[in-house]
Amino acid sequence: VSTFFQQILNGLSLGSIYALIALGYTMVYGILKLINFAHGEVFMIGAYAGYFAALGLGVESYGAAGFPLYLALVVLVAAMAAAALLGVTIELLAYRPVRSAPRLTPLITAIGVSLFLQNAAMLAFTPNPRPYPAILSEVRFELGGVIVTNVKITIFAVAIGLMVGLHWFVQRTWTGKAMRAVSTNIDAARLMGIDTDRIIRATFAVGSALAAAGGILFGLDQIVIHPLMGMLTGLKAFVAAVLGGIGNIRGAVLGGLLIGLAEQLTAGYLSPDYRDAITFVILIVILIARPEGLLGVVRPEKV
Amino acid sequence: MQLVRRIGVALLIGGALYGLQLVLEDGLIEYVQRIVLLAGINVILAVGLNLINGTTGQFSIGHAGFMAVGAYGSAYLGVQLAPVVQSLLGAGAVADAVTFNVALLLGALLAAIAGLLVGAPSLRLRGDYLAVVTLGFGEIIRISFNNAKFLGSATGYFGDTPAGLPAYTNFFWVYAWAIAIVIAVRNLTFSQTGRSLAAIREDEIAAEAMATPTTRLKVLAFSFSAATAGIAGGLFAFMQSGIRPEDFRFDKSIDMIVMIILGGLGSISGAVVGGVFVAVTLELMRDLQQYRLVLYALLLIVIMLVRPKGLFGTRELPELIRARFGRGKTVVGAAK
Repeated sequence: VSTFFQQILNGLSLGSIYALIALGYTMVYGILKLINFAHGEVFMIGAYAGYFAALGLGVESYGAAGFPLYLALVVLVAAMAAAALLGVTIELLAYRPVRSAPRLTPLITAIGVSLFLQNAAMLAFTPNPRPYPAILSEVRFELGGVIVTNVKITIFAVAIGLMVGLHWFVQRTWTGKAMRAVSTNIDAARLMGIDTDRIIRATFAVGSALAAAGGILFGLDQIVIHPLMGMLTGLKAFVAAVLGGIGNIRGAVLGGLLIGLAEQLTAGYLSPDYRDAITFVILIVILIARPEGLLGVVRPEKV
Repeated sequence: MQLVRRIGVALLIGGALYGLQLVLEDGLIEYVQRIVLLAGINVILAVGLNLINGTTGQFSIGHAGFMAVGAYGSAYLGVQLAPVVQSLLGAGAVADAVTFNVALLLGALLAAIAGLLVGAPSLRLRGDYLAVVTLGFGEIIRISFNNAKFLGSATGYFGDTPAGLPAYTNFFWVYAWAIAIVIAVRNLTFSQTGRSLAAIREDEIAAEAMATPTTRLKVLAFSFSAATAGIAGGLFAFMQSGIRPEDFRFDKSIDMIVMIILGGLGSISGAVVGGVFVAVTLELMRDLQQYRLVLYALLLIVIMLVRPKGLFGTRELPELIRARFGRGKTVVGAAK
């Protein structure tokens, strides 16, 4: 039984990282109906930004004593800001010019951007995996036979905190309200005087910042980062968004947690070889059984 | 009468290919021979992928997976088949040719089945889901071959003998298959089915309203496209002593996409030109490996921003030549 709870705990912390990334996919899809293939790479670059920020702040000199909390927060905020900037730049240079083109054009552009960032990162950061700096020094304790670390708890807490923040942002602020309006009907929103370009920019900024937070948490959780890590993780997060119902923010969180759990339980009880395959199986099943996702609603396509 | 003429043309092409084959075998250094063979294989890949990505307007970014299925399928089955065929026909060139082509067809069949399994659930929905599913599929297939013991896991499959896979692939067979596939895709594209596929690309809802069985046609085109990738995979496998899961990485799918986007989404002759272009540039850029994908990525973005239909658009080479030099009547397809 304790192994089971161990898997659940690991699954929830991994799942909350997927959820953070899935939010970016779902928000952009909700507004532009575009699968932002480059989002996985934004996540990767966010992780690297955190890596360099931590090194720049001298994480190594602290050693086992651990990084002071305020510096860890600086790292998080710096990486989120860098990723937000990257996301907005991608939107401006690559997606905005093709926004009104037939839908295959932005899709290919997104694949191109993803590929470019991946390979540029391999040139810039070398393809070798890097050990992630100990932004948190690990403290282990046992709770009823389950090994809990402060890292796992932090991952969960930071992810939940950011998601609650996002919920507040989308539901309570003017920009959030405008985002929901644009996602419901972009033309009507424009007629109501909403600066849709600004809202789209804000969506990319928020989604990318969340992905960067996911990147840092992923680095803490998996200990190493590498330039190709965005591809598979991004794919899983996208599946999480589809599972929850693409375009639906609560769905992305639910989907992320479920994918994380499914992956850990598969690795624990079937075989670690299948941990990547299970996501794909889930995607196929959801596309057959309920393509609108768990929390999605069917919207008939209008001609 | 027409049948006789067609057989005549086929024999003529076959004879010409065989003659070229003899010339090439002595005349060219091995390095150039390899590029020529790869160009032919690329043409098959590009023309096949173009059917789904260009003509039908869906988007597969995992075609390397189908190529891998075809490569492993025909390599493994070919090795198993060879003794059986030899016991029936006696060892020799005829037995080799039979084994080779049966193995290729079986590989293509496996790839088509894989295409059906991937396409049937995802093609019911909007095209972008296909992109994600094929991306996942390409990775899963590669991981599966990495773990398949009887196919040599990560070291690759080299047949049962230390000599490796038999070198069946030569100029004659590569280009015979390439020509056959180009003709098949051309006939399909200009048939009623092909028109329906183009209708799906232009407006799926309108096509459905005109009673086009959209899902069935999309799945059909996708499986056919997977089968051609399977043939290309088989030809690729028997070109070298063995195949490794590494040969079918995501990069390979990207190479294919670059081929058809360069040539023009929906243009068969464009795909042919793109395939040859990529084969040659890949070899020329061999020393610049690490910059290659950065350049390809930029190329994709720039083409999408500047000329989203690719260099040829949906037009074919003869139309373009006529349009350029103004001979003949106005071509219907060329009108914008």
